[in-house]
Parts: sequence; C-alpha cells; structure tokens
Amino acid sequence: MKTFKLGGVHPAANKLSAGAPIQVAAVPAMVAIPMAQNLGAPSKAIVAKGDKVKVGTVIGEPGGFLSSFVHSSVSGTVDKVDVVEDATGKKVPAVFIKVEGDEWEETIDRSQTIDRNIKLDKQQIIDKVKEMGIVGMGGATFPTQVKLTPPPTAKPECVIINAVECEPYLTSDHSLMLAHPEEICIGVQILEKAMGVNKAYIGIEANKPDAIELMKKTAAAGFPEIEIVPLQLKYPQGGEKQLINAVIGKEVPSGGLPIATGALVQNVGTAFAVYEAVQKNKPLIERIVTVTGKSVAKPGNFLTRLGVPVADLIQAAGGVPEDTGKIISGGPMMGKAMPDTNSYVVKGCSGILIMKNAEARRKEAGPCIRCGKCVQACPMGLQPNFLARYSELNLLDEAEEERVYDCIECGSCQFSCPANRPLLDWIRQGKPKVMGILRQRAADAKAKADAEKAAKEAAAAK
Amino acid sequence: MNVILIALIALGAIGLIGSLLLCLVAKKFYVYEDPRVGQVEEVLPGANCGGCGFPGCHGMADACVKAKDSSNSLGSLLCPVGGNEVMAKVADILGLEAGAAEPKVAVVRCNGNICARPKVAVFDGAKSCAIESATFSGETGCVFGCLGLGDCVKACQFDAIRMNAETGLPEVDEEKCVACGACAKACPKFVIEVRKKSAMKSPMPKRVWVDCVNKDKGAVARKACSNACIGCGKCQKVCKFDAITVENNVAFIDSEKCKACGMCVSECPTGAIHATEPVMIVVEKLKAKKAEAAAKAKEEAAKKAAEAKAAADAAAATPAEPASENKQEAPKSGEQ
Repeated sequence: MKTFKLGGVHPAANKLSAGAPIQVAAVPAMVAIPMAQNLGAPSKAIVAKGDKVKVGTVIGEPGGFLSSFVHSSVSGTVDKVDVVEDATGKKVPAVFIKVEGDEWEETIDRSQTIDRNIKLDKQQIIDKVKEMGIVGMGGATFPTQVKLTPPPTAKPECVIINAVECEPYLTSDHSLMLAHPEEICIGVQILEKAMGVNKAYIGIEANKPDAIELMKKTAAAGFPEIEIVPLQLKYPQGGEKQLINAVIGKEVPSGGLPIATGALVQNVGTAFAVYEAVQKNKPLIERIVTVTGKSVAKPGNFLTRLGVPVADLIQAAGGVPEDTGKIISGGPMMGKAMPDTNSYVVKGCSGILIMKNAEARRKEAGPCIRCGKCVQACPMGLQPNFLARYSELNLLDEAEEERVYDCIECGSCQFSCPANRPLLDWIRQGKPKVMGILRQRAADAKAKADAEKAAKEAAAAK
Repeated sequence: MNVILIALIALGAIGLIGSLLLCLVAKKFYVYEDPRVGQVEEVLPGANCGGCGFPGCHGMADACVKAKDSSNSLGSLLCPVGGNEVMAKVADILGLEAGAAEPKVAVVRCNGNICARPKVAVFDGAKSCAIESATFSGETGCVFGCLGLGDCVKACQFDAIRMNAETGLPEVDEEKCVACGACAKACPKFVIEVRKKSAMKSPMPKRVWVDCVNKDKGAVARKACSNACIGCGKCQKVCKFDAITVENNVAFIDSEKCKACGMCVSECPTGAIHATEPVMIVVEKLKAKKAEAAAKAKEEAAKKAAEAKAAADAAAATPAEPASENKQEAPKSGEQ
C-alpha cells in the first residue's frame, strides 16, 4: 500500500463515530451566519435588518479576490447584523436570521434523483462554483474557484480527491462516502472537466475498508477514469503535499504551488458540494459535522445547516460531559481549542471534539534532549527543534535558512517530542515573520526591476 | 646560528610583504566616515537598544551628524537612555544648541487584575503573549487586555518592567524606564503606551491616563472586567483642555494636551482613569468636595421634604434621621 515518503506519526485513530449514519440536526429558532467563513478576505453582508430571506438567498458577497459568497441556510427574517465569536473566541461580523418555516429558493433542485449528465462547460462550472460559495471543506476553506483557475504556466494532469481523513476522531468524510458515493464520483468528473483533465484518484486510508470497497464498486460502474487508491495509515497524509507524494509519487517543490506537480487536490466534501452546486444548483448551506469524544454520550455525524450554534450540536450528541477539559473545533492534531461554546457552525467546521480533562491538558515542557524524534517525524524534512528555537529567539535569518516557510503546521513534531516541548507554538510565530520578509523582498525586487525598466525605456526614448 | 638567521630573515620578509599588502588594501578600500560620527558614538550610552528608532548607537550617531549637515539642528532626535544630558553632549560636539526634550515613560494601559477580570478559559501552550494572542481570544472575557505572560518583561533591556504576581499585570519602574518602547513593540495587544512622563515641568511625575483599551460596548466590557472603560464620555465632558477623545467605546487622554488637573479621574464611574500620586491628592480633594456637595444637596432636599411633610402631617420625625446620618459622614470623607 502507498504512503508518503518522509516522516509522519501514528496517533490513535479513535474513530468513535465511524459507521454511524448521518443524522439531520434540528434547525434552531435563530441562526448566526458568520461572514468570515473562508481563507482570505471576509465576505461583505448585503442584507439588513428586516430583510426576508429563503434557504439559498445570497447574504454575503466576496470581499476580495480570495473570498467567497455566503448564502442563507434558513428561511426567515434578518434580525440583525452584528458580531459573533468564531471558534477561537475572536469577534467576526455575522448575520442573525430568525427562522420562519423552511422555504427554499425556487432555483434549487431538491429532488433525490442523481443527475449524471454534466451540461456546463469549463468556465461555467468555475463560475457556478464561485456563485454557490464553495470552499475547501477539509478545514482550510480555500475558495474553490481560485484553486480551479491555476496560473497559465501550470499543466494540470490529474485530480486527486482527499478522502484520507487522517485526523483522529473525525468521520464526516467517511460517512459522506458511505451515503453518497455516486454523487461524489460525479463531483470528481465535474472537477476533471473544470481542469481539462481525464484522470482522477481518490485517496482513502486503509482504516475505512467499507468506504474503499463502496467507492471502488461505484467507480467501476461508469467512472473508468477514477482510480481508488487505498493508503497506509499515517498522519499527516491528508496534507496536500503529502497526499500528492503518496498517490502519484511526485514532490511539490519548496515554495511552489502543488499544481506544479500537475495534480489538483480537492477534499471529498468539496467534490460533493461541487456536485450539488453544479447539478442541483444548491449553494453551500449545510455540511456534515462529527461530534465526538470519549465521554460523549452519543458520538455521531450530523448534517448541519451553517450558522447553527455549536452548543445546540453538542446537545444533540448528549450534551457536554461533566469531565470535559477541552472542546476543539476540528480534529485533535490541527483543530482549534474553543474558549467557550458560543460560536456557530461554519463551512470549515469538520468536527467538534470533546476531550476529557485528563487527556486535554499538556504535560509540562522539559529541556530538549537532542533525540531528533521531531526531525524524524517532520513530513517536510525540516528540523523542528531548530526552527522552534530560532523562532523563539527571533533569529529570522537562521529560520529562513532552515526553510521555516515550508512548515505545514501539522504538529507531528510536537506530538512526537518526549520532552513535551511546544515546538509548533513557536514555529507558528516565526513562520509568518519570515514569510513577511520574503514577500517584502519579492515586492522590493519587483519595484526595483520596474524602475530599471522604466529608466531604460526613458533612455531609449531619448 | 645560520638557521636562526634564515628564520629571522624569512619571517621578516613575510611580515614586510604582509604589512605592505595590508597598507595597499587599506588605501584601496578606504571608506570615508565623518570623524564626528565616532565622537558622537563615544558619548552615546552604547546600549544598542534601538529606542531612538535607529539600529544601534552607531546608527543614531550617523543620524545626528546627518541632521546637523542638512538642517543644522538635532530636531526630534533623542536618545531615550541618556536623555537630555547625553543629547546636550552630542549637541556640544556638533556645535549646536541643545534642545530639551520631554522625558517619557512606558505606561501599561490595563487594570484587569485577577479580581476584576475573572478567567473563563485556561491557556496551557508556550508561555508567550504573542502565541496566546495568535491562538485564541485569551483566558479572560476581555479580548483587548493584558495577557499577563510577560513578553514585555522579556523585551526590556533595562529591567524596568516586571510582573506583579498579585495582580498578574506588568508594572513599570519609573526610575529605570528609558522609554525605548521595546515593551510596547513586544506587546501583541498594544496595551503599553509610551507617554509623556509629566504634564508639567515638575519634580514629581504628574500624569493621567485611561487604564483600559477595551473597545467592546460598555455592557460587554463591564461584564468581562469591572475596571473597564465603558466609553460613557463623562470624562470627555468634564475635560477643560479638550485632551480626551472617546473612540470605539474607549476613552483616550492625549498626553500632549493633558494638564493633569484630575477632573476626569474623579468623574470616572468605573475608576478606569488613573493618575500618579501628586495628582491623586488633588483628586481626593475634588472627590471630597463633591461628596460634601452631594451630602449638602441631600440634606437640603431632606429638610425640604421634612418641612413639607411636617406641614402636611404631624408624624414628621422619621425622615429627618437619614439626613443627620449624612451630616456625620460628610466631614469624615473630607478629612481623608
């Protein structure tokens, strides 16, 4: 079985909600839809208090190039445009909607029939994806239309679907594959058409044998160009660069875009959302959220409208257990700890993980014993012990020399450290600083080149 | 004998060639530097703290010489470590008149101590404010205030800022602080401000500042911290010198305009405005006067009520009692 070459760790999988059917979460009396649901610029709210909206009505417009549309996930009246806490407790603008009935926009096809015939052409698909507010559903929430329009120098060869779900505990992608295999395959075909390629791989980790079998069966019945690739269990296989390496064996160059290898990586949830957007005209208004944890009464996968309070969702899974020490939005490796449960479900919320007090707290950090376990674990071939130290001491030149900008912040180093050192905490401080220096340098070089060119032209004109 | 002679001659020859080479290189690659730069650098403290805004003392010396050549004055250049004394020496070297710059000091603008600002979450990552600030909103309900992990303490080269274990907040040692601004730069929440040390020329530091940077609406801010500024604007109204602005639900006192009269301190309903010792004496007097006036007004009102009641009814003995209590209290607060 295939896997990526460098590093990696093996955290306990703990897939407690694996195989649990998708439950439809109840729609509350009031939802709050945050306007910052994607990577990049937040969206701009275009509704005001008192406006009537239906399910699928546009309520937020892109606030820049790297931004996306936001749609209402319920029907009702806009109560107010205010701020809410995001998963990390920081304030973001949001639209509050009082729910009245469940009326959908007429343009949305709500029938259960599966439509295999892709009518739209390349550009129409990309426009539709943008219009329907699709973003990367794995958690990074990168606007999909931007990813589907690579720079003209890139030569796309294949589409790789990320169905790895290497984060422990999470099962939302797994449950989606078991419920909608054919829709996902059509979504993959739509992505192929948008990229102008005729080859696709779906990478699935070996701890989901039922999903692998079902997807293989589905692909065999009418999708000959889609190949299911079972992958050996290893974290962070779901990282874009690691997945490309595992599936087609190529390596993304340092500082380059993943498309340089010819592969476009999309999450399996995104493929499904693209299917619904293109074939059913349905905007991204709901997603599957895993609510799980060792002491949770009923761990499960919930089909949830966006903007539903996180507290409601936890209630549906049996409430917050008494011995709770930490609640995480996302998985245990890369998720974010929430200071409280006052936030709302957003496009990138793949799971809510409730950890017991005993397992939630970090152990006290000791001195580095130079064992090199972090170096072995790093999937990018970096030396995290040095990177953390350089970042802590603000030695940015050295950090740049050690390629801190290549860090994917997967946390394998911190996970493997026997001295419990907060390696990633520090690297996350140094990385943006070095990236800032690199950007500034590039901008300066460009300005200088432009000035020289202008001077030359002026001299030539004389 | 012969061996020693050969060795001496050979070594001498090598030395000669080497020295000639060095001479040539020194001539060829000579970079002219104004000798005044070296002289100025000598009188600078050599802390290389960067507080002047230049990379180290050499950069500052260079800037001083350039300022003399271009504008024939030192302008706003100031070595915060050496202060006016050093700048006078610099001016002397360059043949200029020394201007006196206002001394400044770092002020921590957060009073969310452990009692006033209860913790609602626990952060157990690396002990750094920058990391905590990047990770989430913070351990308390206030998103704007001090995180208390001491990035400012680590940044200070002069041991002038320390964490107070009782309050959980950093404290500036006025004697040691040179106002280089390193702590203000290190603080991810922008809580520390470098302000004028004193509103007037006085031996005692007289200054007034708002001890809060919370931009939330009043009710939210108050809920998170009982010492928060709620942006009510009372201080703005009472200020005679137009020094206070209220923006984004938080008041700010311009240290250039403030005369440290203390009016705003006595007016603030949440005690968010703080002042140094000499100003506080004035404030206490103001507060006492106010309490006296309030007591007097109450007394008069009670008297009037009593009279009215006495005229209307025979049972008028009871309402006089609270008034007499007030009478006793008023002089007490005045004494304080």
